[in-house]
Amino acid sequence: MEKRSFDTLIIGAGGGGLRAALQLSQAEARVAVVSKVFPTRSHTVAAQGGVNAALANVLPDNWHWHMFDTVKGSDYLGDQDAIEYMCRAAPRAVYELEHFGVPFSRLETGKIYQRAFGGQSRDFGGEQAVRTCAAADRTGHAILHSLYQQNIHARTHFFDEYFAMELVQNQDGYFLGAVAMNIADGEPILIEAKTTILATGGVGQLFRTNTNALVNTGDGMAMALRAGIPLQDMEFFQFHPTGIAGKGMLITEGARGEGGYLLNGDGERFMERYAPNAKDLASRDVVSRAIATEVREGRGVGPNRDHVLLKLDHLGADIVKKRLPGIRDMVMTFLHTDPADTPIPVYPTAHYTMGGIPTDRHGQVVVPVQQGAEEPVPGLYAVGECACVSVHGANRLGGNSLLDILVFGRAAANHVIEQLKEQRYHQPIPGDAADVALERLARWNRQGKGESIAALRAQLTKAMEDHCGVFRNEDVLQEGQQAVLALRERLQDAYIDDHSQVFNTARIEAMELENLVDTALATVSSALARRESRGAHSRIDYPERDDQQWLKHSLFSLEDLKMDYKPVRMKPLTVDSFPPKKRTY
Amino acid sequence: MKFSIYRFDPDKDAKPYMQHFELEESCIRPGMMLLDALLLLKAQDESLSFRRSCQEGVCGSDGMNINGRNGLACITQLTSLKKPIEIRPLPGMPVIRDLVVDLEQFYRQYRTAKPFVINEEPCPEVERLQSPEQREQLDGLYECILCACCSTACPSFWWNPDKFLGPAALLQSWRFLADSRDQATEERLSDLEGPFRLFRCHTIMNCVEVCPKGLNPTRAIGRIKELMVKRGL
Repeated sequence: MEKRSFDTLIIGAGGGGLRAALQLSQAEARVAVVSKVFPTRSHTVAAQGGVNAALANVLPDNWHWHMFDTVKGSDYLGDQDAIEYMCRAAPRAVYELEHFGVPFSRLETGKIYQRAFGGQSRDFGGEQAVRTCAAADRTGHAILHSLYQQNIHARTHFFDEYFAMELVQNQDGYFLGAVAMNIADGEPILIEAKTTILATGGVGQLFRTNTNALVNTGDGMAMALRAGIPLQDMEFFQFHPTGIAGKGMLITEGARGEGGYLLNGDGERFMERYAPNAKDLASRDVVSRAIATEVREGRGVGPNRDHVLLKLDHLGADIVKKRLPGIRDMVMTFLHTDPADTPIPVYPTAHYTMGGIPTDRHGQVVVPVQQGAEEPVPGLYAVGECACVSVHGANRLGGNSLLDILVFGRAAANHVIEQLKEQRYHQPIPGDAADVALERLARWNRQGKGESIAALRAQLTKAMEDHCGVFRNEDVLQEGQQAVLALRERLQDAYIDDHSQVFNTARIEAMELENLVDTALATVSSALARRESRGAHSRIDYPERDDQQWLKHSLFSLEDLKMDYKPVRMKPLTVDSFPPKKRTY
Repeated sequence: MKFSIYRFDPDKDAKPYMQHFELEESCIRPGMMLLDALLLLKAQDESLSFRRSCQEGVCGSDGMNINGRNGLACITQLTSLKKPIEIRPLPGMPVIRDLVVDLEQFYRQYRTAKPFVINEEPCPEVERLQSPEQREQLDGLYECILCACCSTACPSFWWNPDKFLGPAALLQSWRFLADSRDQATEERLSDLEGPFRLFRCHTIMNCVEVCPKGLNPTRAIGRIKELMVKRGL
């Protein structure tokens, strides 16, 4: 088997992976980026609305207000040291992007354009803030392409269209790289590294209707789980309020930031009832629950009263064309209507994984070891949606995910650069390091007849949608967990017919399904265990937040499906803590 | 609904062939895109290979030749297509398998275009200023998704994929020439001199015809040529 050596291996080439890669390449570290798709195909490309930073280009602002909004948005489950770090680092992260060439929209002053977004205020819960820096409604595209371009300039080494299968570790638990497969010819490769950074993104493909790309199958989360690392806070899955009803394509929160609002079947602007101050720009969990409630109570729109409307036509064609050109194109393509004239049918749609691989604010993966709740795992980092720092807690604010990948991609790389100074040599790789990955490959080369991958995947996403959606309760979650466990068993009996070595997408999809099933189990099990309602996790049977019992992070391990918990870091780095308060918008 | 799809797996096929596929009419929903149909066909025959990811026309994975015209499967309406629908890989590129082509040459030309801002001045502590009018110069350029529909529809690129940069890379050349923050105009234009890199474009305009994002590489190439002429004077 081919073997290559680098200082650092980065798995995933979305914004988090590319930001980290750039920092490392510029520091002259030897970096390899492994991605199962060409970097600009990564899902960061689909982010629309923008990235939060208190630049104060439009209205007065400061990072401390941003921090308050993020803590409150997280329903007090976010770690306040990491949130302070992120919000303070935000302006610099955005200015850096501008210097990299990101084509931000501009204000008349020539400064970066900023728009209003949900859950954001001035002066600790006062009037609406204007904090989200945007390149029209194609901010993710603009950022991802610029980061890739900068990496070309910095001569980062890419393994494009390589699928990472398993992490490699030695007996002391030190992570030493990964085994990947070249998709083009099916050849496995061992990539040895002094440090490995997981940047594989989220797992929106758990749900049948979602805003995510088909590649978002939680590969890094599942690799970490199988390597014995627990996943944190997986019960918190964000449903974006405005996916195109029945289809799932995302309509940015920026549409409401620009002045759009929601209407129910009676033509009522119903958000006024649920969030009298912020209205349509309340936090995403609040707006999604409001929409789901309107529909459940019979006030939906359409022949089946199964969605609501997002109205933009009052903004005028100029604003829609100039500020929201991407969603206008998309709606015209998929619905054959122009949002400048006709409201868009929308419904809450699976969007973002708040949970993930537990890390500290340096991106180091941390696990409980004996008395310590958060001991760094040597050689392993995680950044972006696959990680749980946790800056999003129980509910992420719009505009904070692009920020997360930039700030923690950079922070992890800086920490790695320091580590590399201490560690000059690679540790020896155990002789059997690649065995697990090779067994997994061989397993899909078996001949036989059995369950089909496509059918099992469809049943898994249906089960998750039916049992682990916006509203949850004990019985339904129990059923959901049993359904996922049963599917996991049946996956043992699945076969594929395609045994070609050349660009075998059937085999990739089979391995992606293995990853999906494990992350589904983490999600539904964590949701079943948490008997309270907090942020995106709404239990009908436990409708209140319970700080006494549940102001703590969940940790799910694959072994025996064990649940463990650890405290929330309530203490920020320099400012006073924001204690939990009742959350209203 | 009938499909005729290009198949070739070098692991087992001596040469490429067209395979007939059929999708039950009952599977067809209104507003369905070609990619939805291909995913259903793949559920019938998992060996059918193609790239796909975002399903909404922003990642640029699923460029292919559809009834003789390059486009993205995920934003091509089934109803808009003449039946049987004939699907082939993007033309002029080496085929890896089925609808998957080797895009290395395409990416190499993109890298040749130096697609990054070059500015030797020290970075300010805040953003560099750019007026809305200056920023508007980048509209219609920065939106490129690198799907390769344009370059693989260009006869000049088919003949000289190693020498002619092709419409996608040249669109990027102009995107940075047009950026008020970029200072490398001279270097960029020098890089494009000679009979091939830029001047192989014969304004056939296939690129404009097929671009799924409605961009206009021919116009961008024209602007570069104008700049070249001005510089020569």
